[in-house]
Amino acid sequence: MSDQRQQFILSTSPFLKRPVDTPSIMRHVIYSLVPALAGGVYFFGLSALLVVLSCIVACCLTEWIVTGRGSLRQSPVADGSAVVTGLLLGMTLPPGLPLWMAFFGGVVAMLLGKVIFGGLGQNVFNPSLVGRAFLQACFPVALTTWVFNSNISGFFQLRGDTFALPFLSPVVDAVSAATPLAKMKFEATPTDIRALLMGTTSGSIGETSTVLLLLGGAYLAYRRFLNWRIPVGIFVTAFVLAQALRFFGGDTYAGGTFHLLSGGLALGALFMATDPVTSPVTPRGCWIFAAGVGALVVVIRQFSGLPEGVMYAILIMNGATPLIDRWTQPRIYGAKQPKEAAS
Amino acid sequence: MPYPDELVLPLSQHLGAPSVPIVKVGDRVVRGQRIADANGFVSVPLHASATGTVAAIEKRPHPSGTPGEAIVIRVDHTSPQTLYNEKPIDWDHLPVDQLLTAVQQGGFVGLGGAAFPTHVKFVVPEGKRVEWFLVNGAECEPYLTSDHRIMVQYAGEIFLGIRLAMRILGAKKCFIGVERNKWDAIVGLRESIPADLPCEVVPLQVKYPQGAEKMLISAILHRDVPSGRLPIDAQVVVSNVGSIAGMGEMISLGKPLIERIVTVTGPGVRNPATLMVPVGTLMSDVLDHCGGITDDTRQVLNGGPMMGKAQYDLDVPVLKGTSGIVCLTDADVLSRREYPCIRCSSCLDACPVFLNPSELGFLARTGQYDDMLRLHIMDCMECGSCSYVCPSNIPLVQRFRVAKALLREEQAREKEKEKEKAKAV
Repeated sequence: MSDQRQQFILSTSPFLKRPVDTPSIMRHVIYSLVPALAGGVYFFGLSALLVVLSCIVACCLTEWIVTGRGSLRQSPVADGSAVVTGLLLGMTLPPGLPLWMAFFGGVVAMLLGKVIFGGLGQNVFNPSLVGRAFLQACFPVALTTWVFNSNISGFFQLRGDTFALPFLSPVVDAVSAATPLAKMKFEATPTDIRALLMGTTSGSIGETSTVLLLLGGAYLAYRRFLNWRIPVGIFVTAFVLAQALRFFGGDTYAGGTFHLLSGGLALGALFMATDPVTSPVTPRGCWIFAAGVGALVVVIRQFSGLPEGVMYAILIMNGATPLIDRWTQPRIYGAKQPKEAAS
Repeated sequence: MPYPDELVLPLSQHLGAPSVPIVKVGDRVVRGQRIADANGFVSVPLHASATGTVAAIEKRPHPSGTPGEAIVIRVDHTSPQTLYNEKPIDWDHLPVDQLLTAVQQGGFVGLGGAAFPTHVKFVVPEGKRVEWFLVNGAECEPYLTSDHRIMVQYAGEIFLGIRLAMRILGAKKCFIGVERNKWDAIVGLRESIPADLPCEVVPLQVKYPQGAEKMLISAILHRDVPSGRLPIDAQVVVSNVGSIAGMGEMISLGKPLIERIVTVTGPGVRNPATLMVPVGTLMSDVLDHCGGITDDTRQVLNGGPMMGKAQYDLDVPVLKGTSGIVCLTDADVLSRREYPCIRCSSCLDACPVFLNPSELGFLARTGQYDDMLRLHIMDCMECGSCSYVCPSNIPLVQRFRVAKALLREEQAREKEKEKEKAKAV
């Protein structure tokens, strides 16, 4: 008999665990957004960074306060999801936005986008996009005032109304530059493909450089933290639909390549539509969801009064997610009678 | 391994009714001698795994956690340990029902872990037939290597066992499923297939749970077993390679199931090994034989790390169904913070029977068991893959087990009620 009298821990199987948890997934999402964020700061200068930081601080602070102001390690803020929400919100905003508006957007994203539903995992809509939609409704002018994209020489020069006071300073002194989508829609002028790929156009902080976004997306897909079906489905649907429109409707419609590379499509498809909480869990559901987003983006861009439609497309499909999940429950093993073997 | 001083043979080592002792304290028993009889059809006898004297028949710790009646044998170390009944079985000429009795009398149960009496599985019900016989050589869990060892060392016995099983079942074709990372076993078995035996070795993808019955059937035959039914409904019977090799030995030597291969491994074992262990040897003796356990060992499992059972006492015996003893240290023992489900769908991708563990987990937490029934919770095979992959550390399979147990209880109660109603009418 063993002379060792050790205390053993009793628990039930399984006793092995994949060494991945929610905070580590959030960390990897943040890493994957760094290239696009760095690009945005490079293109738009310090104001861009301040806008993003303001959103992140607002999100974390709001969550920390409403969840009881406990120690940071115990607070839900520690799981990193609030940082991701703030980061993504910031990246969808114009670089010259007054910081107080960005902060306000972060607070709303947390309160109305997440906390009100019960916190992480419970929200129906993507919190960052809820925040952005709210800002767009409140401050339509500020949200569509785009500063020029310039080189590094003006890095420390603040654009627009970064330090405007809440509700006091009117938004006037920004030098506005149309985004590629607006140029296309209102002036029928296409933008050079290379500029769209690299990100040297005007637009939101994190959306302009398709290459840097794809880099981050590829990293996440490689680490298997991103459901590849969603971005692929969105890109394919948007491309095919845009090409079809151009084929049947003529040159007033922008082609598929332009749609894929311009605006927030890459940012939305790779990082917002793939938010696991607000997208379907079933593989077939993901395809349906992605097709819906891709189609809505093109429809809104082409037929509505707005130049851009990624935000609303994703929010609408977020709303449809529970239903899609219900329709597409996987067929379980052995649910149908197998065919009798011919013998 | 050498015989220990004492063997503890619990009367309940299989699914079904416990065996009934037929020896008294003080009796001398010989290795391979029957010491307890089957109690009904879904039950098997128990045999002495070494020559010695019956020291006690009393309650002893059992790996299931609940102490149970066991026959304790003091081993006679002076005995040559020859078998009690060295009579080979004429598998080719005896009628099928006598062969079935022989399998039951040999005390055979599934050695993969579930320990279901083999002869029960081998009875083909009226109106059903068996086309294929599958031999499961896909290790049932990570860490375990007992199937591998059997296939490399006991090829001859395996084919003898297959002949017996196919004759009983009337099966036309046999497949042996082996995971692709065990080429020595695949090649070795292929080379020794007898020319007249319709048998094939199928290399399988290396994954967990490949060794689960239903997974094996779809991997080899590309057929599903209907939900809630048995493999025989898909004209298949599956047996673990260890049980088959054991039956082969019964045919050639008349040896009942008295020993089995056990993998002793994990970071907590000083000298990991795969050993032939007499049934009833205490885990503490097996571990001592393997150099003992390290001081930071915190969990000792009966079975593998995915479906095994944590032990509180090492003085529990190795049973017929003990495929491994796994020792985990401080570094492996998990107590992780549970986060809310983020619907990442990792569990849906992992579930081998395509359930929706995410949704089921939510329902389990809130006690909505009836809705779980509608989402096919009863098809869950409790493999633990969902809990393994969950980034939110949600104890999914653990909750499913509770839910399934409660649902089964309720179903039993309802049946009881219906019976009473029928009586009243």
